[in-house]
Amino acid sequence: MLYLQILANGLMLGGLYACIGAGFSLVWGVLNVINILHGSFIVLGGYLAFYAYSVAGIHPFFSLLIAAPVFFALGYIVQSGLVNRMIGAPVLLTLTLTFGLDLMLSNGMLAAFTADFKKVSLDPPLGAVLAGPVVLPVDRLIAMVLALALVGLLYLTLSRSRIGRAIVAVRMDREAAALMGVRVKTVYAITFGLGALMAGVSGPLLAMIFPISPLSGSAYLSKAFVVCVLGGLGSVPGALVGGLALGLAESFGSLWLGPEHATTLSFVLLILILLVRPEGLLGRKGYA
Amino acid sequence: MRRSAYIAAAIFALVALVPLAGEMYWLRLGTIMLMYSILAMSWNFIGGMAGYPSFASAAFFGLGAYAGAVSQKLAMPMVLAWGIAGLASLLFAALLGLALLRLRGHYFAIASLVVAEVLRELVNSATDLTGGGMGLNLPVPRMASVQAQAVFFYYAMLILAAVTLAAMILTTHSKLGFGLRCIKQNESAADMLGVNTTFYKVSGFMLSGVFVGFAGAIYASWVHYIEPPDVFDVLYSIKPVVMVLLGGLGSVFGPLLGAGLYLSLEELVWRRFLEVHTGVLGLLIVLLVVFLPRGLIALRRAPGAAQEKPLSRVKA
Amino acid sequence: MSELLELNGVSRRFGGLRALHNITLSIPQGEIVGVIGPNGAGKTTLVNVVTGVHPASAGSIRFAGRDITRVRPWQAARLGIARTFQVVQPFPEMTVMENVAAAAMFAGSAGYGEEANERALEDLEFVGLGKSVDKPADSLTLAMRKRLELAKSLAMRPKLLLLDEVNAGLNATEVEHALDLIRAISARGVTVLIIEHLMKVVLTLCTRIVVLHHGELIAAGDPAQIINDPRVVQAYLGRRYAKAEPA
Repeated sequence: MLYLQILANGLMLGGLYACIGAGFSLVWGVLNVINILHGSFIVLGGYLAFYAYSVAGIHPFFSLLIAAPVFFALGYIVQSGLVNRMIGAPVLLTLTLTFGLDLMLSNGMLAAFTADFKKVSLDPPLGAVLAGPVVLPVDRLIAMVLALALVGLLYLTLSRSRIGRAIVAVRMDREAAALMGVRVKTVYAITFGLGALMAGVSGPLLAMIFPISPLSGSAYLSKAFVVCVLGGLGSVPGALVGGLALGLAESFGSLWLGPEHATTLSFVLLILILLVRPEGLLGRKGYA
Repeated sequence: MRRSAYIAAAIFALVALVPLAGEMYWLRLGTIMLMYSILAMSWNFIGGMAGYPSFASAAFFGLGAYAGAVSQKLAMPMVLAWGIAGLASLLFAALLGLALLRLRGHYFAIASLVVAEVLRELVNSATDLTGGGMGLNLPVPRMASVQAQAVFFYYAMLILAAVTLAAMILTTHSKLGFGLRCIKQNESAADMLGVNTTFYKVSGFMLSGVFVGFAGAIYASWVHYIEPPDVFDVLYSIKPVVMVLLGGLGSVFGPLLGAGLYLSLEELVWRRFLEVHTGVLGLLIVLLVVFLPRGLIALRRAPGAAQEKPLSRVKA
Repeated sequence: MSELLELNGVSRRFGGLRALHNITLSIPQGEIVGVIGPNGAGKTTLVNVVTGVHPASAGSIRFAGRDITRVRPWQAARLGIARTFQVVQPFPEMTVMENVAAAAMFAGSAGYGEEANERALEDLEFVGLGKSVDKPADSLTLAMRKRLELAKSLAMRPKLLLLDEVNAGLNATEVEHALDLIRAISARGVTVLIIEHLMKVVLTLCTRIVVLHHGELIAAGDPAQIINDPRVVQAYLGRRYAKAEPA
C-alpha cells in the first residue's frame, strides 16, 4: 500500500515537472538555446503569487492568469532584445549569455526579496482527500491538474493554432520554414515568450507546495534539464513523459535512498541516459 | 614559440617579485589571481583549443581539494598530498572524458556541469571520510610566521601557474595542439584525415583537469577548512570561462589576460558593492558575450584576418 | 596485379533501409575504377563503409590483404585510404597550408612542423594552389576547394583514393583540369575509385566500371561492355530503352 502512495506522490510531482519542463524543452528544441533563466523565472512567478496573495489576497490559482501575460511579455522582450543576436552562435556563448542574465535576475530577486524562504500558505488550508489508502493533499492534487491542463493547452496551441504550426515548422527545419514565409525571428521571440510563460505559471503552483527563495532557481532548472533529456527536445508529449518519469523516479528514490539524495539520483539518471541515448528517451537525433 | 616563451618568462619574473612588497593583502590577492589563471588556462585546453564547452572545472577543483585534504588528514605530507590530488584529477578526467566526450554541444556542456553536483553530493554523503556537510579541517602547516605561510602558498600557486602556462605553450606548438584545433574546426574531417579524435580529446580533457585538481589541493591547504558547497561551487566552472572569453578564446595568453582583468575589476569595483556583486558579474557576462564574443584580443586584430598564426610562418 | 581492395558480401542497413546489399567486388592495384548508378544507389554509402564511417552490417572488407571491416575512419586513413567529400570539408578558418599539413602529419606520417609543411607545399603546387598557401580555406572558390581536397588526399600518401563526385559544381574547363590531375595521380601509382555522374568522365578516364542500383551491384566490367549492358541501360533509362537497344 505504501507503493500506491509513493506512486501517487510521484504522479502529482510529475505533473508539475512536466509543466516546468515543457517550456524549457520548447525553447531548447526550437531555438537551440538553453535558457538558464528558466529556473529564475519559475521562482519569480512564485514570488508574484506570494505577494499577490499576501498583499492583495489573490488566490494563487488566479495569479496564473496574471503571470501568463506578464511572463510572456518578459520572455518576448528578452529574446528579441538580446538572445536573438546570439542565434547561431556557438553553444558556449548562448549558454554563458543566459547564465549571465540569470545571475542578474537572481541577484535582483535576492536584493528585493532577501534569501528567506517564502511559501504561500493558504488560509484556510486545503487539506487532503483520501482515495482508498492513499492520501492526496488537495493543493498538490489541484496543482497537478492545473499543471497538466497548462501542458495540454501548450500542446493544443502547438498543434492547432497557426502560430503553433509555425513554431513546429521552425523546429523541424528553420530554412524550409523561412522559405514558406514564416518570420523566423518573430517565431523565436514568441517561442521564448511561451517558454517564459510556462515557467512563470509554474511558479504559483510550486509556491503553494514548496517554499521558494531566490536560491532555489537552479534546483528547478536542473529538473527541467532532466525532463528534457528523458523526454526529448521540443516535444510536449515528451516533456509529459519525462516529467512523470522524473516525478516517479524521485518519489521512489526518496523511499529507497532518502529524500536528500533524490536530486542526485535524478542527475545520475541524466548522465546515464546521455551516455546511452544522447537524444533522450523519446527524442529525435537532431540538435546536438 | 620562442616569443611566447620569452613573454612567459618575463611575466613569471615580474610576478615572482610581488612577495617582496610584503603586504598580506597583495599576497592574498596574488594567490587568488594565480589560482584563477590556472583554472582559465586549463579550460582553454578543452574549451578553447578543442571547442568542447566544458563546465567541469568545479568538479576537478573540488575533487582535487578533497583528495588533497583527505590525504593530509591521513597523515600524508602536504606536497605529496597535492601530487595525489593531481593524479586523482588526471585519472578522473580520463574516465570522465571517455564517457562524456562522445556528447556534443549542449549535452556535453550540461553533463559536465552536472558532474560537479553529483560529486558534491557524494562527498556530502561520505561523512566518515570527508566530514560531509560539516566540512573538513586540514592540519595547519608549521611555518615561521603567518607572513611566511602566505608567501609559501603564493609561490606554490606561482609554480603551478608557470607549469600550466608552459604546458599551454608546449601544447599549442605541438601535434596535440594542432590536432585539437583541427577537431574544433571540423571533427569528422579530422577523423577522416587520420586524427584519433577520441585520444586527442581525452588528452585535452585530462590536461584541463590535472592542474585544476592540483590547484584545488593547494587551495584546501591554504584555507585550512573546506566544505562541499564551497569547493564544488558552480562559479568555479563559470568564472574561468568568462575569463577566457574576456581575454580571447584559443590564444595562449588570453586566459591570463582575462583572469587578471576580471579579478582586478572584481576587487576594485565589486567588493564595495557586495549585495549586487553577482548581478554586476552577470551584466559583465552579458555585455561580453553580445559585444565582444572573441574577447579583448579580438580588438587588436583587423576583422577578417586569420585568427591563428599559419604554420608556414611559425618557426618551430 | 594484386587486389588492393576486396569487398565480400558487404551489406549496410540503416534501420529498415537497405543501402547496400551483398556487394562483392575487388579493385586491382593501379586501376581507375568508376562507380556509377542512379541517385540513391548507395555509392557514397559504399565509400563510407570502406572508410569506416558506417560499419558494415554484414560481410567483410580487405585492404592490401588486411581485414578492415571494423576500422575507424582515422585508422583507415593511416592505412592508406583517402577520400574526398561530395560537399567539401576543409578546416575553414585554417590556412590552405595548414589544411594540407594536417593531412600530411596525421595520416601521411610526416613529422610535425618542417616536414609536414614541405610536403604540403609540394602537394599544393601539384594541384595548382601553390600561390594560395596562406589564404584561409573558407575564402577559396569551389573549384579551388575541390583542389584543396585533392591536395589533402595526396598529402596522406594514400594507396587508394576514393573520389566522391569531385566534379560536382565545376564548369567544363575545371572538369578537364580535374581529369588531368586524376590521371597524374594515377600515374604516381595511386589506385583511384571515382564516383561520378558525368558519363563522359567515366568513359574517358576509367579502366573499369562498376554499376550500383538500389544498393546492389548490377554490373562490372570495362567501359564498352557496361554501356551496352541492358541492365545498366534499364537502371538509368528504363525498360523500354533497354529493350529497344541493339545488343
